Amino acid sequence: MSLWFPRLATDRVLRTCLTDRPFVLTLKDSNANRIHCLNAAAGRQGLYRGMSFSDARAFCPDLISRPARPDLDAQFLTALRRWALRWCPWVARDGADGLVLDITGSAHLFGGEEAMLAAMGQRLARAGLSVRPGLGDTRGAAWARAHYGADAALADLPVEALRLDAETAAGLKRMGLRRIGDLSGTPRAPLARRFGPGLLLRLDQALGHQPEQISPETEPPHYGIRMTLPEPIGLESDVMAAADRLLTRLCDKLCAQEAGARVLCLTLRRVDSNAQQVELRLARPMRDPARILPLFQRGIAQVEAGFGIDQVRLAAVQVAPLPAEQISSARSRDPGRLDDLITRIGTRIGLENVQRFLPADSHIPERSFIIAAAACSEPDSTWISPNPRPVRIFPPEPIAATGNRPPERFRWRRMALTTGRATGPERIAPEWWLDDPNWRSGLRDYWRVETLQGRRLWLFHTPQEPGWFVQGEFA
Amino acid sequence: MKGRTVPDPMIAMPRPAITAYPLLPGRVHEVSGPGAVAFVLRAARQAGADLLWVREDWQADMLHPLGFAGFDPARLVMAMTGDQKDTLAVAEEALRDGAVAMVALEITAPLSLTAGRRLQLAARAGGTTGLCLIPEGMGSNAAETRWHCAPVFDPGDSTLQCWRLIKNKSGTLGSWHVRWDAETGRVAVVPPAGDRPGAEDMPD
Repeated sequence: MSLWFPRLATDRVLRTCLTDRPFVLTLKDSNANRIHCLNAAAGRQGLYRGMSFSDARAFCPDLISRPARPDLDAQFLTALRRWALRWCPWVARDGADGLVLDITGSAHLFGGEEAMLAAMGQRLARAGLSVRPGLGDTRGAAWARAHYGADAALADLPVEALRLDAETAAGLKRMGLRRIGDLSGTPRAPLARRFGPGLLLRLDQALGHQPEQISPETEPPHYGIRMTLPEPIGLESDVMAAADRLLTRLCDKLCAQEAGARVLCLTLRRVDSNAQQVELRLARPMRDPARILPLFQRGIAQVEAGFGIDQVRLAAVQVAPLPAEQISSARSRDPGRLDDLITRIGTRIGLENVQRFLPADSHIPERSFIIAAAACSEPDSTWISPNPRPVRIFPPEPIAATGNRPPERFRWRRMALTTGRATGPERIAPEWWLDDPNWRSGLRDYWRVETLQGRRLWLFHTPQEPGWFVQGEFA
Repeated sequence: MKGRTVPDPMIAMPRPAITAYPLLPGRVHEVSGPGAVAFVLRAARQAGADLLWVREDWQADMLHPLGFAGFDPARLVMAMTGDQKDTLAVAEEALRDGAVAMVALEITAPLSLTAGRRLQLAARAGGTTGLCLIPEGMGSNAAETRWHCAPVFDPGDSTLQCWRLIKNKSGTLGSWHVRWDAETGRVAVVPPAGDRPGAEDMPD
């Protein structure tokens, strides 16, 4: 059985705002607003799909329009697919606006095909959806009847009903083959030569010579678990116990899907219908309840219980794949402890503020490393530095000096310093492919200056715009 | 100056060991002076420890991982906090947890005795070494030891530092000139420049 919703998009919008006036949804297509979908009243006014919206407004001045949302339409169709599971277990989406159901063996449960069709139509009409059902022995025949006349014999339907592309259909019509009956009587070999094997495949599928399966889609796993309590609770230990029970069940589910939770959300509903949320962002995808539960401690301690909590819901908001790992004796230290610590610190200062250094491929001192969030990066030890680098760098601080050799005496941060030894220069050119305002002064000659006072500084000279700056300090 | 007649001063003089170094684990220590960052990295390298560095995020200067001289930047995790309260809370959490063996925290305001004591208790509970980088004179009385580190000019070497132990709860104070070997990760104590052979040739 095939169900076709010819006005799915408008019906979806009109469910919330009923109107008898012409109504269209417009979609911007190659810089022009065109009609994406329209209701029956608009169709009676002579509007059609793909018509430009300004023309439509000229035809019909009292037209109501809304922008189309294909993503919401797809969501709505998915919801309809779930609803259709009440009729039979084999349901699949068919294009953007249709469903296909395999009702073999389930029609008698609803009193036969006719009764089932009537009940289905009645329910959909109550929901405000216009539907055109088509029954057939094969998927192709059902589709043809849904789109081109429910009661006609298959041989009388036009060739477009075989799910052909427009070019093939036009070619067939030019040859005088207008109906499916004409096509099945024609010798097959010339047809295949002229139109390719696709045409004959479609024909055979419609007539039942070739099988065509309906593959039902699997439901995406839902990671949310809820517990309703007969009596409200208020103690922190009780809430933790409730969270423990939910977490165990959630982690079983995650384990079955080989996934790990990245963000968890615990919603505590109080008796006065006021809900409070505890969000936990984890440094690594995890599914070990014993490790996750202590991380909730801090968040739960801050919850105001009021007159008590009577419903607890735990959901994994963000889930990442976490395949099973081989147990290895080679790993010396337990990285899990560090991840737990990062998570716990992250709940206080934000997970993105726990960082680590990663090497980067650049000679520019500020860009020779990347600061990445520790939660979403792995440590990397491939550090290469051909020249000594300072241990601390800061924004360049100008000093009064001239010439292209480091000054004998200079003042920096109110200290009078005398150069004892200068090593250099190391010339670093700006990266021309990146426009960095700090490097507008051009080339830099870096010097390592060891002062008699002790401080070892990293100075640079900009020969193109003469000036001396201090940018770092060595150990 | 008896050492002047002997070719190698290392053999001639008894090598003075640093009294409170390596640092006592399970306690919180304080470091100040321009060489404090290097002191922390050297201590972490010598202990072979993972390091958590807690600091406030508004500071303009930052660590440069290519200049760590022997300490692997992959073993470092930084925590950027909004204010000193968060710094202390994060440091206490990490010290108590014990997942990293060493925690360094940068202090920007004077530390109260209570705060210092809390860190000390957390370090003892987790068996972790804590290192407070303090501006001069902002330490807390609860610290186990307090160090002042400053680089010293040396014509032949670029790693010489003067480490002064200015507070020690369980021992004597002292002052040492130390060199750093980045390859082996060891601190070598050398006599001060004035006592070394050929010191009179040096510019003052």
